[in-house]
Amino acid sequence: MTATIEPEVGKSRLRKEDERLITGRTRWTDNIVLPGMLHLAVLRSPMAHAKIVSLDVSAAKDSPGVVAVYTAKDLDPDGSIGMPCAWPITPDMKAPRRPVLADGQVNFAGEGIAVVVARSAAEAHDALEAIDVEYDELPVVLDMEAALAEGAPLVHEDLGTNKNAFWVFDSGEAGTGGSVEDAISSSEIVVKRRFRQQRLVPAFMEPRACVVDPTGAQLTMWSATQIPHILRVMTALTLGIPEHKLRVIAPDVGGGFGGKIGVLPEEMMTVLIAQKLGKPVKWNESRSETMVTAHHGRDQIQDITISANADGTVTGLKVELLADMGAYNGLVGPGVPILGAFMFNAIYKFPAYHFACTNVFTTTTITDAYRGAGRPEATFGVERIMDELADELGMDPMELREKNWIKHEEFPFTTVAGLTYDSGNYEAATAKAKELFDYDGLRREQAQRRESNDPVQLGIGISTFTEMCGLAPSRVLGSLDYGAGGWEYASMRMLPTGKVEVTSGASAHGQGHETAWSQIVADQLGVPFEDVEILHGDTQSSHKGMDTYGSRSLVVGGVAVIKAAEKVIAKAKPIAAHMLECAEDDLEFAGGKFTVKGTDSSTTLQDVALAVFAAHDLPDGIEPSLDSDATFDPENFSFPHGTHLCAAEVDTETGSIKLRSYVCVDDVGVAVNPLIVEGQVHGGLAQGIAQALFEEAVHDESGTLTTGTFADYLLPSAADLPSFTTARTETPSTTNPLGAKGVGEAGTIASTPAVVNAVIDAVRHFGVNDIEMPLTPMRVWHAVQHGTTDAGGAGSEAGGGLGSIDTSGGAQ
Amino acid sequence: MRITVTVDGTKYTDEVEPRTLLVHYLRERVGKVGTVVGCDTSNCGACTVHLDGHSVKSCSVLAVQADGSEVTTVEGLARDGQLHPVQKAFRDNHALQCGFCTPGMIMASIDLLADNPDPDEKAVREGLEGNLCRCTGYQNIVRAVRDAAHHMSPGAGPEAEQIKHVGVGGE
Ligand code: FES
Ligand code: FES
Repeated sequence: MTATIEPEVGKSRLRKEDERLITGRTRWTDNIVLPGMLHLAVLRSPMAHAKIVSLDVSAAKDSPGVVAVYTAKDLDPDGSIGMPCAWPITPDMKAPRRPVLADGQVNFAGEGIAVVVARSAAEAHDALEAIDVEYDELPVVLDMEAALAEGAPLVHEDLGTNKNAFWVFDSGEAGTGGSVEDAISSSEIVVKRRFRQQRLVPAFMEPRACVVDPTGAQLTMWSATQIPHILRVMTALTLGIPEHKLRVIAPDVGGGFGGKIGVLPEEMMTVLIAQKLGKPVKWNESRSETMVTAHHGRDQIQDITISANADGTVTGLKVELLADMGAYNGLVGPGVPILGAFMFNAIYKFPAYHFACTNVFTTTTITDAYRGAGRPEATFGVERIMDELADELGMDPMELREKNWIKHEEFPFTTVAGLTYDSGNYEAATAKAKELFDYDGLRREQAQRRESNDPVQLGIGISTFTEMCGLAPSRVLGSLDYGAGGWEYASMRMLPTGKVEVTSGASAHGQGHETAWSQIVADQLGVPFEDVEILHGDTQSSHKGMDTYGSRSLVVGGVAVIKAAEKVIAKAKPIAAHMLECAEDDLEFAGGKFTVKGTDSSTTLQDVALAVFAAHDLPDGIEPSLDSDATFDPENFSFPHGTHLCAAEVDTETGSIKLRSYVCVDDVGVAVNPLIVEGQVHGGLAQGIAQALFEEAVHDESGTLTTGTFADYLLPSAADLPSFTTARTETPSTTNPLGAKGVGEAGTIASTPAVVNAVIDAVRHFGVNDIEMPLTPMRVWHAVQHGTTDAGGAGSEAGGGLGSIDTSGGAQ
Repeated sequence: MRITVTVDGTKYTDEVEPRTLLVHYLRERVGKVGTVVGCDTSNCGACTVHLDGHSVKSCSVLAVQADGSEVTTVEGLARDGQLHPVQKAFRDNHALQCGFCTPGMIMASIDLLADNPDPDEKAVREGLEGNLCRCTGYQNIVRAVRDAAHHMSPGAGPEAEQIKHVGVGGE
């Protein structure tokens, strides 16, 4: 007997998932051990660009424990297999085949060349040493601008270019706003800057792994993936395996952050080898391997021009991007900058907007989605340029934002990029953040420190942001040439004892879906939280779905769960009416009970479930089932927003930075589980701050990744980060019945510009208007000594208007 | 080489290759897959276990070095179905998301608390420097460790918290 009185949604429930995770009773892919299982090790190219002149694997075949060694020719004799790209952003986008193993030529350091199968992983790795490869080195292509220059060496000779695609949006042409060129030539002030989004490594803690068992009726694949459902479809299409003969399982997955949305050559080779040998096979990568072969994120050069009137009203924004794809297209890689195209105008009412991006091939690891995918890059660009504009105008940066942002009463608001923001209240979030932060007090302290020439200067960084979440509207994704829809699926099975099994197509890798979904179901059906089991991550139980990325799980997948619950109740109602001998219209459902209106005659959903199981006395023509399924495809995205404020202390003598305080107020709409929301924000902040201060994937001039281990790639530890003050405002989304907006990426998106703006603000009076990320002590110190370090040299052709200013070449 | 190791209270005698790392011995031979591998440079701490009562990164210890020792893994912490106070604190404070770093974090935290029964925030942050987490931003981990401090019996560290069951072959 049930009746949950207190709503579950909104409660800070401890997570169901944790029991197994804190006791070590987990199922990581690498934990899977099958009888007779063999192990793979991949030989990877030390060269970034080379012809393979000869490849001799005969000695490796004789190594102890080795069962087989394969090269491209063995696995794919007719060279027909290519890794899929699901986002051909333009009809003429270049799509070079990415083979399972390098086929005659390697195009980035780390590309697989041969694969050894052995009885143990150690033996497989030992045997790699015995493989003999002769390379004929080709010139590397590492710099995007150089790659586009006339006569540049080509990554893929046969394409005749290193340009992957060119994509453009213009508000004048789209009819969503005016012409940027007109705005720039007629405005009182024009500021142009170049910003870099350095290359990052997603660095999920669990390296990727894949186990394939070909011995059953179906081929079963376990993978440390974010996308079991998409992986199943793509594997079927790529390898020609009948889809119904393939089962994909994403067991416990140790983080993803977008880094596990690929369809991997290693997954394909594991399948091919398991099929060839008829035995279970495991591939498990090392950290050094994952650093060079798992896709990287960001890596853009942004040339941004903003025009405004002297009073601070922005008149136009022009964005020209170069985006590094690496050596091949990732699954959604080419589309990542385009997600940003819709976010460069951010929370503002810019009247004119132009966005153009050129995707470029280089001889580096591919790039693809990384936490926020396109939106962090865009938010960084606009929040940095707003600070620069404020400085040129001599205006308080907060005042400039307030002047241009969309007011609460103006929602829903269609932006110059053509998106309609459903709801938002930037004023409320900002007011709360300022109060928690003591904005005015810190500004006073900043002034004092400047006046007294304190060696430690204080800076305040602002980032007011929004993003598009709930990557769905299938129709919108279709209009952007994305290869699939964005709907999500859920099913609900009422068990005879009144317990509930729910399947979701969104499979978690740390986000706590099992807990949040249980809360939703408990409210919808009026059953106890504990009576709900969430099944996910296995294409056999949750047979369809679009998986987890882009903060879509809750606002699309969670709503599918609600839709499925509504159907369960609708199915139960005539049966309950029959049991209570009343008309359906006389019944109301609340707290898990059907009650005859105005009486105390009632029956519970559990009782109905048992009656359905017995099926002795059901109304005529009624199917004995309460099970349901539902697919939700929202009409629009959701738009979380927030105000992030950072106070940074910068030691002008050493260049070191201390984050003194970090306050953020996020509006994620209705929070199903505030505890999970808070945790997601913390983790997101850490990742965004890490981009600002610590992390960068660096290649040397030969194309070798010099930051290829955790010893060189600076992932922050607990000692490197401060505690954060987080709070929320709640403006429900109107695009889904849950009112939720999504939270997974917010912290990462907002924090990078907040931190960089704070540091620049601290040292601006030394003539600094930009410092390249990550803001290492060396770079900060150098900037303080020499003024801005932005030597990017964006030209000054942007001007035209009165008082046109271009300081990108370096202020003194 | 032949080694005898007591893992989570059970004694194991096995033939191992001299180069076998403790973490691989635990995972592949003893089946203690709760301890995981996150890197190959001893930087991430995901593989942290207790060796004779002190936390070690089990990827930087050879199995043969553990000969004659007692090893406690995350799987050996709960007693009689009761979570270890640090495990409970991690759960209560939402100090984990994907949970991959969690076993190592818990093991490192227990040792930290043994050294310093009531650490302040700074001490926790510095004490856990060798353990990386990509999901939580550490704030709730710090909170959990400080919370656990108030729920540990006085002086309770790895040793006091260790299971002293009789292993195979007796002790
Ligand atoms: S696996 Fe041992 S420290 Fe990373
Ligand atoms: S909880 Fe995912 S790495 Fe720490």
